Amino acid sequence: MAILVDKNTRIVVQGITGSAGSFHTGQCIEYGTQIVAGCTPGRGGETFEAQGPKGEKVKVPVFDTVAEAVKKTEATVACVFVPALFAADAILEAADAGCELVVCITEGIPVMDMIRTRRALLGGSTRLLGPNCPGVITPGACKLGIMPGHIHRAGNIGVVSRSGTLTYEAVGQLTALGLGQSTCIGIGGDPVAGLDFVDVLKMFNADPDTHGVMMMGEIGGNAEELAAEYIKAHMKKPVAGFIAGTTAPPGKRMGHAGAIISGGKGTAADKIAALQAAGVKVAPTPAEMGATLKSML
Amino acid sequence: MKIHEYQGKQIFAKYGIVVPKGYPAFTAEEAGAHAKKLIDETGSPVVVVKAQIHAGGRGKGGGVKVVKDGASAAQTTAGKILGMQLVTHQTGPEGQKVRRLYIEQGLDIARELYLGLVVDRDKRRIAIMASTEGGVEIEKVAEETPEKILTEHVDPVVGLASYQARKLAFGLEIGKGSPDPKRTMKEFTATIKALCELFEKEDCSLCEINPLVVTKQGGIVALDSKINFDDNAAARHREWAELRDSDEEDPVEAEAKAAGLSYVSLDGDIGCLVNGAGLAMSTMDIIQHYGGEPANFLDVGGGANKEQVTKAFKMILSSDKVKGIFVNIFGGIMKCDVIAEGVVAATKELGLEVPLVVRLEGTNVAKGKEILAKSGLAIQPADTMADGAKKIVAAVRG
Repeated sequence: MAILVDKNTRIVVQGITGSAGSFHTGQCIEYGTQIVAGCTPGRGGETFEAQGPKGEKVKVPVFDTVAEAVKKTEATVACVFVPALFAADAILEAADAGCELVVCITEGIPVMDMIRTRRALLGGSTRLLGPNCPGVITPGACKLGIMPGHIHRAGNIGVVSRSGTLTYEAVGQLTALGLGQSTCIGIGGDPVAGLDFVDVLKMFNADPDTHGVMMMGEIGGNAEELAAEYIKAHMKKPVAGFIAGTTAPPGKRMGHAGAIISGGKGTAADKIAALQAAGVKVAPTPAEMGATLKSML
Repeated sequence: MKIHEYQGKQIFAKYGIVVPKGYPAFTAEEAGAHAKKLIDETGSPVVVVKAQIHAGGRGKGGGVKVVKDGASAAQTTAGKILGMQLVTHQTGPEGQKVRRLYIEQGLDIARELYLGLVVDRDKRRIAIMASTEGGVEIEKVAEETPEKILTEHVDPVVGLASYQARKLAFGLEIGKGSPDPKRTMKEFTATIKALCELFEKEDCSLCEINPLVVTKQGGIVALDSKINFDDNAAARHREWAELRDSDEEDPVEAEAKAAGLSYVSLDGDIGCLVNGAGLAMSTMDIIQHYGGEPANFLDVGGGANKEQVTKAFKMILSSDKVKGIFVNIFGGIMKCDVIAEGVVAATKELGLEVPLVVRLEGTNVAKGKEILAKSGLAIQPADTMADGAKKIVAAVRG
């Protein structure tokens, strides 16, 4: 079953003709993902070509608007590779076209744009994943994003993280230990984003195919503390965790806009304590994430 | 991106927020001339000489002086502050050199308040914080007496509603002790509304007025300004280039930023080149776990090209303190062959005199490993993150 995406999910890629968009759309198609449409304003009528999993040629029609793409191809999920200053608009366009999920890969979107976009999505039925995230993958069924597909294996561990590459690291460890994944989700490192830890944990909790969860957080904000509250009150499955940034000096922005400690809040120590109090086993080093979860099963 | 107090006040004035009269100065003579002009214009002999650095706590550190006896005294004071290493709780122990001053008129202050706007990540909105405890460190107030901070959130569609501004005003008892409470109320709510508008239009990540003062006449004046801009919005604000003061930035970090890299200088001796902020922080963590000390945080980001990677690797190579380098890449959007090409190009130019451990995984990993193998460089390959961290710590510690 998995969550958010499966082998039948039909996807429209916004920004499919750009350099990142075309490279990663190609990789997704090669994985077997159902990319059924592309959208680049002004390029409607063109065809995007790529190779499928068996080396067969796959042709994807490009449309000027997402609304048209949805109408013609019955896509239900959008993936955004549009440049940062236009990405918020792309999210709104996908929501307006009726997409149930929008996955925004783009990094560097101004925070005011995201505040307005989140407000515009309020009360609607569109869910947003990202921005500034690697996307979502249900191994063996649907890779929607920029993660390397070959490190994943189908199985029963749900993975959720604020950092892209740290997600890959955890997945690599799980696979090496023989633990496949149900769905892996990067929620992104921006201060204002879509789905958060609690949203994803709720879905994993309800998914019969997910037997355990690996979550990776990082310094800054209090998303991990909120996740700990949820886990303590509701989580029926074992959760292992890791917090990046134990050794980061305070007051310095470490790449992610979110990853900054200020006013004594959002430290790794606080987050680790909150998670442990909720029954989460926290890996002592990033090299032991997979092993920590395995020890709980 | 941070800007100076006087630059922030120029922006305040554009939005109708009342600020004291003042002029920036780069020399003591200039400061003296501005003081004379202010005294002539205002008819008051009191001026304030304020050091302009990108850090708070300037008053406590001795960077703000009230001068009551004329322009030449102001010039003498300015001479003492200019060039000093100003140490505050935000600068670190080495302090920051004062290169600019702001000469401002003195005011009759009745009350000092705090007003600040930030992005609240949980509420996904701008939060306005107001407090009666102005002029002190707001972090301290938040910790010791959080009930003294009033908060309102701004709906981006509606903007700040008038009732919210009134709630804050009555919460602060804004009219208390004012000779003209109606005027005070009106000016306070107008100031909050203007600050909200400024925050949105100018793409800020932080706006603070500490203190916001009520004068003895009942007027509302922004005695200080602190504005941070959202770096992600730089492309739509060409005017920010003129506001930048490169003297206030770490030269290496600024160089990295210009190249589209995220770099933070640290105290250790192991240079790190990693893709992704979370993995970069984790790499620092694991180096420390095995007894090493990272020399930097360096995230080459998602879509870096060969030139950016070359630049990044050169920055690490050219640092004197680096005694070993750990490249830890888990490619997604970042391709391993691009990293490998960058590393090879940089070492060709600058040579490689320290141990180099490389761990590559993910997109195009085979291509990347092949490029490194053919390069003839003395590289220790690592299979995992832990393996790599152990190897580099062993190589550096000997």
